[in-house]
Amino acid sequence: MSSALPWYILLLPFLAAVVIVLFTKSYRGLSSFISVAAVLASFALSCVVFATPNIHALELTWLDFRPVLYVPLGFVLDDLSKTMLVLVTGIGALIHVYSLGYMRDDAGKSRYFASLSFFMFSMLGIVLANNFVMMFIFWDLVGFSSYLLIGHWFERDAAAEAAKKAFLTNRLGDFGFMLGIMMAWAATGSVVFGEMAQQIGRITSYPGYLTISALLIFCGAVGKSAQFPLHVWLPDAMEGPTPISALIHAATMVAAGVYMLVRVSFLIQASAEALWVIAWIGTITAVMAALIATQQNDIKRILAYSTLSQLGYMIMAVGLASGQAAMFHLFTHAFFKALLFLGAGSIIVMLHHEQNIWKMGGLAGRLGITFLTFLVGTLALIGFPPFSGFFSKDAILALAYEKDRAIFWLALFTAFLTAFYMLRLVVVVFFGKPRSDHARAGREAPWIMIGPLILLAIPAFASGFGFVAKLFVALPAEKETNWLVPGMALGATVAGVICATLLYRNRQTDPIDFALLRKKFYFDELYAFLIGATQELLAKLSAFIDRWILDAGFVRGSSTATWGIGSLLRLLQVGNLQAYSFLFGLGIVGLIYFTLFR
Amino acid sequence: MILLFIVLLPILAAIAILFGAPPRRTALWAAGFTLVATVLMYLGFEAGQRGFQAVISFPISSDWKINFTLGVDGLSLMMLLLTAVVTFAAIWFTGKITQHEHAFYACLLLIAGGAFGAFASLDLFFFYAFHELALIPTFLLIGIWGTGNRQAAAWKITIYLATGSFILLLGLIMLYRSLPEAARSFDIRALQKTAGLIPAEAQSNIFLLLLVGFGILVSLFPFHSWAPEAYASAPAPAAMLHAGVLKKFGLYGLLRVAIPLLPGGAERWNTLLIVLLLGNIIYIGLVTIAQKRLDWMLGYSSVMHMGYIFLGIASGTLLGTSGAAVLIFAHGISIALLFAISGEIRQRTGTLVLRELGGLGKIMPRAAFAFGLAAFASIGLPGFANFTGEVMVLFGAFRNGANPERFGIYQIAAVLGLWGVVISAVYMLRAYRRVFMGPALESLSGATDLQRSLRIPIGMLVALTLWFGFFPQTFVRIVTPTFKSYFTSKP
Repeated sequence: MSSALPWYILLLPFLAAVVIVLFTKSYRGLSSFISVAAVLASFALSCVVFATPNIHALELTWLDFRPVLYVPLGFVLDDLSKTMLVLVTGIGALIHVYSLGYMRDDAGKSRYFASLSFFMFSMLGIVLANNFVMMFIFWDLVGFSSYLLIGHWFERDAAAEAAKKAFLTNRLGDFGFMLGIMMAWAATGSVVFGEMAQQIGRITSYPGYLTISALLIFCGAVGKSAQFPLHVWLPDAMEGPTPISALIHAATMVAAGVYMLVRVSFLIQASAEALWVIAWIGTITAVMAALIATQQNDIKRILAYSTLSQLGYMIMAVGLASGQAAMFHLFTHAFFKALLFLGAGSIIVMLHHEQNIWKMGGLAGRLGITFLTFLVGTLALIGFPPFSGFFSKDAILALAYEKDRAIFWLALFTAFLTAFYMLRLVVVVFFGKPRSDHARAGREAPWIMIGPLILLAIPAFASGFGFVAKLFVALPAEKETNWLVPGMALGATVAGVICATLLYRNRQTDPIDFALLRKKFYFDELYAFLIGATQELLAKLSAFIDRWILDAGFVRGSSTATWGIGSLLRLLQVGNLQAYSFLFGLGIVGLIYFTLFR
Repeated sequence: MILLFIVLLPILAAIAILFGAPPRRTALWAAGFTLVATVLMYLGFEAGQRGFQAVISFPISSDWKINFTLGVDGLSLMMLLLTAVVTFAAIWFTGKITQHEHAFYACLLLIAGGAFGAFASLDLFFFYAFHELALIPTFLLIGIWGTGNRQAAAWKITIYLATGSFILLLGLIMLYRSLPEAARSFDIRALQKTAGLIPAEAQSNIFLLLLVGFGILVSLFPFHSWAPEAYASAPAPAAMLHAGVLKKFGLYGLLRVAIPLLPGGAERWNTLLIVLLLGNIIYIGLVTIAQKRLDWMLGYSSVMHMGYIFLGIASGTLLGTSGAAVLIFAHGISIALLFAISGEIRQRTGTLVLRELGGLGKIMPRAAFAFGLAAFASIGLPGFANFTGEVMVLFGAFRNGANPERFGIYQIAAVLGLWGVVISAVYMLRAYRRVFMGPALESLSGATDLQRSLRIPIGMLVALTLWFGFFPQTFVRIVTPTFKSYFTSKP
């Protein structure tokens, strides 16, 4: 059955964005209403599509150079994309509602909601795309909407820098992504996933070529999912409004890289070398980000590094050739991480935009519901049974245990660190004595913000149970029950919890000061140095050459000559440009005459 | 007939203005009418058909075999549409002119008329002459109404472009003379049938001349250094018209004359062209990063983007060449809008030095929005036609002789071209961040935002590039038949 229905899911948020920009910009309430209505409608339609087996969407042509290149605008509607549809629109809808409260008094509210709707459009495009070029189009648009939203408060220098950094880092990843697409296309003759999968034999006969192109495609995911070494933009992206951090920089956009890799697993899994690299990049990111998270003081940054670390788990699973495990974790993580960010948002807003955890404290009593839901999110994140994260993380750990022991031990260590930094956060923020006036005066957020927290807490708790999850994602095949891995994972988690609680109970300042971690392994400094030493230097050098050698050499020479002619012309009393132009025209006519017709 | 109207109306209007007609109103009406006529022509164009449509011919000199012949195929049609839109916008954007207002508008219209004529002419003589006609007012606009070191800039562009035109003319004349006596003609349609008649040696020499001649006009590296200085000095409407439209004459000439008439020569010099265009993309890209003024930065960025169009032309594939046509159009629109807004900023703040600007997004939100759209279009954000063109060009180049065992020159060029996309994002976002984001500077707080009425030209430009970005097939369908005959044997 071919239907236009999926198109509405995609186009409604787009339409909302267009209407807001063109017509309702100065009516802030109306703008936010349009945006929320669009995402709710999209969500409802997504549920319909989810429930409809064998649904196909109309296909349009974007570019047709058959037989060389054919780019349709077509959808792939399988279990994978249907789950993502519901996930993206569902969490998106909650965050739209939450934003009504969070951004209530913002002067740029219309702009915010237009960007948010535009983001929904772009993200849904990635989910639905049935070919590489279309995916890349929406991939870039997602980056663009993220730029808009990170830079929402553009008059702040930090936000402006963060937006630019996010876009440029993603561009760097996209360079590889596009190149990988071109290579895969040149070999298989198509960009449509289905056809490429059929023609995969034309590329697997060149293993080196295949590996390079798979790794280049992976570069796209490294950028978008903020993996090492392109992870630096994501923590800075926390300069955007907190609902954005929840939706884009935790639940959906950064997961797009994982989704893409699963979507093209036919290509990735054909190269064992590529898989190995992917698994290790994921592992490095997971450990590194978790280490950094233990020494951050900004509540959003801690969560941001935790996102990095969890994305590392997902990429690790992709590298261990299990798309199911990656998607399972993506699925549960989307709920509990969105929940944590929204909880952080309600704390931040109630504390007058205070983000330093050492200025908080004792909030458990005053922000009761926020505390309880945050606790649910934390338990899910650290993988405490029976919260959702336990099951999905266990699936990845079991996979690693089976396939690569070194990765397994690092993943286990990360589980310990996760429990450690999250409990540090919880203990410092919610317990002990308030450390600032704002913290003493804090109170619960309005219902429009609390409501989404409660709604998210339910799946954050329950989405890991097999009978729930299997409705949405294909679960990794169950091997014989092995208690060793979950046992070790639980041990690591409990150890982390105990260490953090003992260390941070009733503290006024951080007892540990580890500069290397606090400074995030000096990545920003290193990159600044590298950019300065390469690009900036080359740019200055090129500009110098252009100005003083190319221009001065060629042009000054000829311009001296011309000034000579100019003075000559001045002698003839016609040394101005008009006369020159006229003579020029005349000369050309003369030249034509003499060369052609003599 | 409609074609004659399009070509002559701006010129007649220019003459009327010089004789005292109200300048702004006359110019706007003339540009508006030509725009409507061009759109009608676009709508009535039969895309599938090969050859030229709406041909109209007046004999000028029978013994010299020169005819004033106009006609369009898909490629020239899109060039006309570009000219019409940018002209209309440029005239609308023209602000208050304090001296010689009549002459200013007449110059703008003459550039437009020259461009229309060059793109619609099927006769080599008029093809060349119309372009010359358009160059002269360009020089005048810079020399008389320019800013900064305008005399020097005007001299520089005049010398450069005159040299380019001269080399080009030499090439055209040699082309004419290399044909056997009986086959000689100025008619491009007749010439296209003679491609096989020119001996290989002659093809090679002539193509080189045409490449350098056209190349200078389009600021092909290393003949580019006139461009940024001229655009920085030129009044905004002149920069819009030259960078957006008139400069594209060189690219159009390569596609219309040099490639189809001298296929052997084109193949012979293709490697050189690729090396030079990579100079445009990488080297000029780096130079652009180091710029300290917005207008210079835009000027250099326009030079850089020429590299992609050249890459499409050099790609040797139908896909890439069609991509070049898309990019010509898309770049014309985005650079026109960028120059328009930067001109407005200069008028309102008195400076374009990046260091002296900041936080204009708060003070001039409309300008920030329009500039942002154009900036993202120019760095190839999907949805804008620029992205489509870049994809086509890069895919086309990459596909030429693709071999999984090793990369050839086309693949390397595509990879470096792709890297250029990163470079362009760097300089554009940096400038945008510098000018529009961050806290608003005290010194700029007196600046006013764009008038509301400017929404019309801005909206028109943006809508058009978005349309072809979303539905590139509507563009490709029209231009591809022109190129099909070039690639009978290749993919």
